[in-house]
Amino acid sequence: MASLIETNACDGLLPISVGRAEMAECTAERITSVAPFKGRTRALGTGLKALGLGWPAPGTSQTSKAGSILWTGADQAFLIGADPAGLGASAALTDQSDGWARMRLAGPDAEKVLARLVALDLRTAACPVGEVRRSGLNHMPMVLWRSGEDAFEIFVFRSMAATAVHEMAAAMRAVAARDRFD
Amino acid sequence: MRINCPLCGTRDRREFTYYGASVYADRPAESAGPEAWDDYLHLRDNPAGETTDLWYHELGCAAWIEVTRNTVTHEISGTRLLTAPEKGGAK
Amino acid sequence: MRIAGKGILDRSRTVGFRFDGRDYTGFEGDTLASALLASDVRLMGRSFKYHRPRGVMTTGSEEPNALVTVGQGARQVPNVRATVQEIHAGLEARGQNAWPSLGFDVLELNEVFSPLLGAGFYYKTFMWPKAFWESLYEPLIRRAAGLGALSKQHNDEAYEKAWAFCDLLVIGSGPAGLMAALTAGRAGADVILAEEDHRMGGRLLMETHEVAGKPGADWAEEALQELASLPNVRLMTRTTVTGAYDGGTFGALERVGLHIANPPADLPRECFWRIVARRAVLASGAHERQIAFSNNDRPGIMTAGAARGYLNRWGVAPGHSITLLCNNDDAHRTARDFIAAGVNVEAVLDVRADAKAEGLPLRPGLRIVDTAGRKGLSAIIVADREGKISRIPTDCLAVSGGWNPALHLTCHMNGRPVWREDIAAFVARPGMVPGLAAAGAANGTFSTQGCLREGQEAAILALSELGMSEKAGAVPQAEDGAVNLRAYWEVPKPKHRAWLDFANDVTTKDVRLAAEENFASVEHMKRYTTQGMAPDQGKNSNIGALAILADATGRGIPETGTTTFRPPYVPVTIAAMGAGGQGAGFAPQRLTTTDKAARDRGAPMIEAGLWYRAAYFPRPGEATWREASDREVTMVRERVGVCDVSTLGKIDIQGRDAGRFLDLVYTNTFSTLKPGRVRYGLMLREDGMVMDDGTTACLAENHYLMTTTTAAAGQVMRHLDFVKQAHCPDWDVRAISVTENWAQFAVAGPLARELLNSLAQTPIDAGTFPFLSCGTLRLMGVEARLFRISFSGEIGYEVAVPARYGAALWRDLVSRAESLGGGAYGMEALNILRIEKGFLTHAEIHGRITAFDVGLQGMVSAKKDCIGKGASQRPGLTGPEREQLVGLKPVQPGALIGAGAHLFDQGAEPISANDKGYVTSACWSPTLQSHLALGFLKDGRARIGSSVRLVDHLRKTDTVCEVVSPVFFDPEGGRARG
Ligand SMILES: [Zn+2]
Repeated sequence: MASLIETNACDGLLPISVGRAEMAECTAERITSVAPFKGRTRALGTGLKALGLGWPAPGTSQTSKAGSILWTGADQAFLIGADPAGLGASAALTDQSDGWARMRLAGPDAEKVLARLVALDLRTAACPVGEVRRSGLNHMPMVLWRSGEDAFEIFVFRSMAATAVHEMAAAMRAVAARDRFD
Repeated sequence: MRINCPLCGTRDRREFTYYGASVYADRPAESAGPEAWDDYLHLRDNPAGETTDLWYHELGCAAWIEVTRNTVTHEISGTRLLTAPEKGGAK
Repeated sequence: MRIAGKGILDRSRTVGFRFDGRDYTGFEGDTLASALLASDVRLMGRSFKYHRPRGVMTTGSEEPNALVTVGQGARQVPNVRATVQEIHAGLEARGQNAWPSLGFDVLELNEVFSPLLGAGFYYKTFMWPKAFWESLYEPLIRRAAGLGALSKQHNDEAYEKAWAFCDLLVIGSGPAGLMAALTAGRAGADVILAEEDHRMGGRLLMETHEVAGKPGADWAEEALQELASLPNVRLMTRTTVTGAYDGGTFGALERVGLHIANPPADLPRECFWRIVARRAVLASGAHERQIAFSNNDRPGIMTAGAARGYLNRWGVAPGHSITLLCNNDDAHRTARDFIAAGVNVEAVLDVRADAKAEGLPLRPGLRIVDTAGRKGLSAIIVADREGKISRIPTDCLAVSGGWNPALHLTCHMNGRPVWREDIAAFVARPGMVPGLAAAGAANGTFSTQGCLREGQEAAILALSELGMSEKAGAVPQAEDGAVNLRAYWEVPKPKHRAWLDFANDVTTKDVRLAAEENFASVEHMKRYTTQGMAPDQGKNSNIGALAILADATGRGIPETGTTTFRPPYVPVTIAAMGAGGQGAGFAPQRLTTTDKAARDRGAPMIEAGLWYRAAYFPRPGEATWREASDREVTMVRERVGVCDVSTLGKIDIQGRDAGRFLDLVYTNTFSTLKPGRVRYGLMLREDGMVMDDGTTACLAENHYLMTTTTAAAGQVMRHLDFVKQAHCPDWDVRAISVTENWAQFAVAGPLARELLNSLAQTPIDAGTFPFLSCGTLRLMGVEARLFRISFSGEIGYEVAVPARYGAALWRDLVSRAESLGGGAYGMEALNILRIEKGFLTHAEIHGRITAFDVGLQGMVSAKKDCIGKGASQRPGLTGPEREQLVGLKPVQPGALIGAGAHLFDQGAEPISANDKGYVTSACWSPTLQSHLALGFLKDGRARIGSSVRLVDHLRKTDTVCEVVSPVFFDPEGGRARG
């Protein structure tokens, strides 16, 4: 029997490159929401340690060979890439792999582009590389992960991918147009 | 307006959804009677001065936050997670 | 006219532009005002009410007179201040409030009617007769008065909004602002220096005095070079800080593309910034005041600071023969600068009898009583001490009544400034806006040395409050003269009108009339006269008006008080504030995985919250939506249909207390639900009204999947978070939305199982997978979730796969359904199917109904508490007085009934007093061949079997309906269980 074909969240929308910023869809990876059960924080820590990770403090992430873990809210983190099987007894695990359009914005103008849509202080002192923010991309719920000095991963609801790309592209064009007059 | 989310740090108010006076977190018992329920649901103080109210960090960490602020000066003097074991919030 | 050797413009770069249909040239760096003055154009606008000829009065955004319209068609922008607009190739500007032209304006006739148009003219003249207001007076006034006009066309230009963050925001780049920015920048603080002008430097660009032994403009240039070299300093020119808000947030308007010839389409015209600053220094300078006297509004009359500003910065003499009227020493600089530039200064009238001014043509004892010149000043009329009148020819009168610190932002959080007698002006008190300190002229300190010093002090204070150390050097040497001002507001007993608010045509007489008619409070005077209500907000004139009101009412100025300063400091275009919100930017669009497939099939989309859902899937030959949706309903009832239901909210709930938690949020019990089973649940708000309904499946022990309606998904998630955090923070329960993770399709109809089994690796049957069960199913290599639930009343499944497979599974399901004589169905059919079955949506659960109202009171468990239970037991929420859910069927099956119609007893007059209920949902039922409706009817359940009159006042229908059970079709529910 034929198998079902996969469609990416940003199918046909990305990559785009405007001026000194570019945006592409990230390679699909397993994303699992991890929410520790009451009184199981230590057990969860042990499980995460086996993955080379620990429970991330608010606004932070940790990365190991197995994958990354991003703080995403009160008692909630997203495990990215790694297999969560060993964590099952200590945390509520929920598959989120298909729920998010995950994009990578990079380039010298990346921070300027985000300043058009995100009400966050993204100066590197305020948001160092590796930190994570739950916030809004304009009106869209977002997880923002600073993966480099000039690079951000942006997670928005899968259903909003087209709007997110539309608004990001407009911001990229405006920043690029300004660059020409600076 | 900026609100200090105890988890996320200080954020612009557009990330938050306002609910109303913090007394809404103190739910009467099922059998408390119509007067108590009416009071809980409908009667609110309207102070010129310090007030505490509930905000949901909707475009953020999804925490419900109790904000103490002054309706005259707009000063926000404190925020705490509703789950934090203080005052009457957590039971 | 340009003066050789004067100004700091680059005269090698000429720029052509058009004003009022004529070609002019200026230099790069010119504003429209400076370039027109250089071309000896003095008439730049007509006044609001009387269409008086007006010329430029200032050099900045506070300009009340020289308001022009820039651009054409949809892109035209009215009320652009000629003092702010930079000239560029292709600039096309024109004067306002004049027809057919600035020079010849028919409505100058308003002048003749001026006695009618004084203070309060709206209230008095046009009060009677009432009917004349809309038909006659208003259109007349609208044509005659008003500032500029909108094109009323859609503007497609790019605008932008953005955020910025800093340690210190410095507002204004004159000596105080530059010094503050230098001090903080050198200390390593993140500084934003925002300057309204296109060139930084403030008054240093317009004065001749020196700073640190060099021309002020040169010192400013060096300071700017240093600032530009600091990576922690951000320079923002053409950026007006417009408002101070809570928490150190400031609004600012940047003119991004307004000065560029043929700007690319992507370049924003303007950007509205939200700047969040830990501290801020207000170094916004001061606005010079006019003095009121007879006919003080002729083109050629301007502030003294503006007159020498045009000379020193732009090399323009605004006249050939200058006169000066003043009440302070600072204004003498104007006369000196013109004399030094070789321009004739005819007379200096200083209202201070003891004024000294070496080398200036002081004319003590002379008092200005009038001016002459129809479209531009030609002479001033003066009287000596004996009252003897004489005429002094002049084409430019420079006036200084003193300076008002531009303290507006300090008052934006309702702080009240204090009156300082020595400068006759209001100044800010510290702390009026937390973290914002005024410095320099904005703080009432007018000498250059004082400005530099205060700028440095303000920065040092901010740095210490931020815990940063600074190494402040010495303040550069600069002039430190005193203003020596004597308060002087008006020349007494003017023969003609003496203007205060030039933009709104308010005179001293208007203010006195207001006081006489007891509009004596400053806020009443403002509204009665419209003083300070024009785009300039009375920056030059409010204090003068206040002084006259104080005089008329016999109070002092401090007692009279000032009107409230509100944001924005300058007009902000709606396009900038709403940037990004036009068209698709208005709200995010949520698209399902089948969106493209649906549109490819020509399905019109319906908005459901932010989601877009297919309404129906038209087939060739179907001319109307009804034909398509009727076919789709019949398809589901007789064969099989497939519908995308991914938009329903899905919440994953886990934990040892998950069942207990569901018992708290649902009226009915879920802790008893066994793995593999699904239950319908009803959720109340705490006030006892129904919040939402849906099914919740028990996927495994302590693991549930709740579904919500599409409309309430966000509200339910917020509610669950609240209940969890407020009422049971210690329970072991975790909830997260998985709506986006799954594509979910309803497969419904007698052939639903056949369709699924054609895809499934292991077939299902009715016995192993009964109604209200759930489980997993392998479909074409993918593990799907399967729920046996029905919103159509037919055999129904909902199958969910990870969203990446949604598009593929949809294609397959639809094509297989078609081969079985079925196909895709949309929202219209879904709605008809559920009305036929009496299932609820938010048309019924509209926020004012209880479980009792919809006949589900039996679902409120008596054995446990739940959210909303306590309140739902209040008196008045149960009983025959409630409007209750019923079905309605017209006695004539073909009679049309529509949602929104109201119900009345037969024979009762259809008026609101007799209202017995209303229709929430209605449709044509192809299954039952009748119109059907759901609605709420007072004591409705007891009235089943009787008739009501249904009146739709909008659609003009009047129908008799039978009251029936809300379940029209298959009331026993046997079809869904099959
Ligand atoms: Zn938060």
